[in-house]
Amino acid sequence: MSHSVTETFREESLELFSELETALLALEEQPDNEALVDQAFRALHTLKGSSGLVGFEDVAAFCHEAEAVFELARSGQRRVDKELVSLSLSALDHLKEMLSACFEGAVAETEQTERLVAAFRAFLPDEETPDASTAPLGGDELNREGTIYRIRFRPGPQIFRRGVRPQLLLQELAHLGEAILVAQMDAVPALDELDPEECWVYWDIILTTRADENEIRDVFIFVEDDCELTIQVIDDTGLLDDAEDYKLLGEILVEKGDLPQDALEQFLSDKKKLGETLVEAGVVNLDKVEAALVEQRRVQQLRRQRHVAKVTESIRVKSERLDKLVNLVGEMVTVQARLSQLSSARSDGELMAVTEEVERMVWDLRDLVLTIRMVPVGGMFSSFKRLVRDLGADLGKDVMLVTEGGETELDKTLVDRLNDPMVHLIRNAIDHGIETSAEREASGKSSKGILTLSAAHVGANVVLVVEDDGAGLDVARIREAAVQKGLLSATAEPTDREISALLFEPGLSTANIVSNVSGRGVGMDVVRQSIDALRGSIEIESTPGQGTRFIIKLPLTLAIIDGLLVNIGSDQFILPLSAIEECVELTAKEKALAHGRNLIRVRGETIPYVRLRNEFALSGEAPEIEQVVIAHLDRGRVGFVVDHVVGEHQTVIKNLGRMYQDIAGVSGATILGDGRVALIIDLTQLADVAEKTEAKHCH
Amino acid sequence: MSKRIMIVDDSVTVRQVLRLTLTNAGYDLLEACDGEDALNVIAGQEIDMMITDLNMPKLDGIELIRQVRKCKEYRFLPIVMLTTESADDKKQEGKAAGASGWIVKPFKPEQLLKVVNLIIG
Repeated sequence: MSHSVTETFREESLELFSELETALLALEEQPDNEALVDQAFRALHTLKGSSGLVGFEDVAAFCHEAEAVFELARSGQRRVDKELVSLSLSALDHLKEMLSACFEGAVAETEQTERLVAAFRAFLPDEETPDASTAPLGGDELNREGTIYRIRFRPGPQIFRRGVRPQLLLQELAHLGEAILVAQMDAVPALDELDPEECWVYWDIILTTRADENEIRDVFIFVEDDCELTIQVIDDTGLLDDAEDYKLLGEILVEKGDLPQDALEQFLSDKKKLGETLVEAGVVNLDKVEAALVEQRRVQQLRRQRHVAKVTESIRVKSERLDKLVNLVGEMVTVQARLSQLSSARSDGELMAVTEEVERMVWDLRDLVLTIRMVPVGGMFSSFKRLVRDLGADLGKDVMLVTEGGETELDKTLVDRLNDPMVHLIRNAIDHGIETSAEREASGKSSKGILTLSAAHVGANVVLVVEDDGAGLDVARIREAAVQKGLLSATAEPTDREISALLFEPGLSTANIVSNVSGRGVGMDVVRQSIDALRGSIEIESTPGQGTRFIIKLPLTLAIIDGLLVNIGSDQFILPLSAIEECVELTAKEKALAHGRNLIRVRGETIPYVRLRNEFALSGEAPEIEQVVIAHLDRGRVGFVVDHVVGEHQTVIKNLGRMYQDIAGVSGATILGDGRVALIIDLTQLADVAEKTEAKHCH
Repeated sequence: MSKRIMIVDDSVTVRQVLRLTLTNAGYDLLEACDGEDALNVIAGQEIDMMITDLNMPKLDGIELIRQVRKCKEYRFLPIVMLTTESADDKKQEGKAAGASGWIVKPFKPEQLLKVVNLIIG
């Protein structure tokens, strides 16, 4: 038992460390932020408690010293300053060492412990050490989503004559929270009797807000005397009964006085839906019923949310089990494809029905399992804060890290494997990109450099950007270095973009000093390799004097994609569906029109195409009418010519063996329903390859 | 196009506070120093709102509101009156004359803007 407890603690401590570190680094920027102080305190407090529990008493005692100081800060008796943050950061490092020693069963050196303890004690007032264990933990989060009010606002008919615009009042009301409006029209006179300068409409509003009744009344302050305004609380967090179900429609209508009780009872004996019956009978009009239903739905929805929030706790699962689960689902998708194929060959209605049901469930399962593996990239981003801080300090540069889109989710495996390339890019940006404060000031920039990490979903991809506001790439120097290394002929005239791309070639580094941070000429090529291995792409954009952007594009997941299954002769290929826009026919007539060039006109646009039959040197005759699958790639629209398009296919990606790893244009393989293997085409790569061969032929 | 507000007050200071707050918030202004002046200045011009003091020489605010409301083109014009806390009967009188709302003096700029926003959006 004790072993698994320590194991749990080891995991927990890692999380607490990162939490503490995040809080401390943020405190450095905003020392007066109470929430951060609280966060740091709680992390220390939890560490103390847990380490005591597993028997690491010296660790617990050490945590206690740090915690005591943060306790003071929390109660406002002491300000958090740089000194405390620095000390706490060294304490954090020391804690990590202490704990890893504990896990190994060794004893950490005590000298450093004593030194740090003394430093923490120096922060405390002389009289006594406060007893931190009595501190209450956690904030009161009650009443987060607020109260639901039922409001009826019925302005007097003459309201317009006073220059009042009810719509603005309703708008103001909507600013208070989430408002659902139902307009009531029953009082509006018939068209021939209607005076358009009078207001006959009135409104039922279901408002979910944290504001109190007075704030709501304030909105109507100018019209209070000229309108009928009722405000009732219909649901209050945790105060009223918490059942998921809310009042029945009839109850709501009666409570609001829209329907007499006896009329309700009379109609309830009917079997139809109450609302319909009531409207049919003309007892209550449709708008009233609608308002009551809106109220019912809103409260139910909120209660359900609350209910879910209460039960949605997370459980910890070993990621290895998740990997197994994903693999199994992958296998299942394959088997299901086979089942579908068999059943469609058999035209057995019953079997078909079952197969379709299985198919739907497998897809749902697939989607669900893939979301389980998704984690927000924010965790990775915040782990870089320390790196940026330390690197900046090492290099004497003042760098601020800005992160955007941290909530963007990405497959856990991808996030893990992205760490090294990201670290490299960040190092590069701080070392070579961002200038020293003096240089920055000289060129009229703010002395603080800004490093931005951002993430966003773009179609089926996630795009990560590492951007600095430094000097930008020195294109001339890169060119020079490339010519020297023989990567570029001295007479070539590449564009700036092409030169920048050379940075990813092995052996090219232009940093004039090989610092201990980066610049040994290994690196950028490795970065590109790692991104390639994740089926992603990386690009550089740079503006002299303004900075450099590295743009990484990644697929959402590594395991399964939607593909388009195509045939060429007896061979099958999968094209990733995410990039595909349409399929068109390629006739002999069309080919003749292009005069032997691989171009097709689609609705006036000329699109180059690649013949898969030629690229993969497949034997056999092409059919009379071939199919062109048109994909939207970075370079623009490109067609891929195949014999037949079979249809959509859930593709479980299998890696090719090491022998075939470097084949350009193929990113993997999959097993089809009938057991055959289909290669998965990397459209961008294949288009590149085709372009190069074409260029050779032209010369 | 920015909205145009007419301010009517005999106090130079009040007008200045109104002017600063409203022009900073991006509104266009028309100014008048009393009711009579206001009727002359407005003269059929298109405005989105009027803010007027109540106690003014020549023509007071209540009368101004009545007169303005009588004009066809200003029947629905939002009019806000500036009152003092104590004058509740004045407030009623103003409403009866057709004021859309009121602002109690002394006011803070943000209070003013809040009311303007509530009245003309």
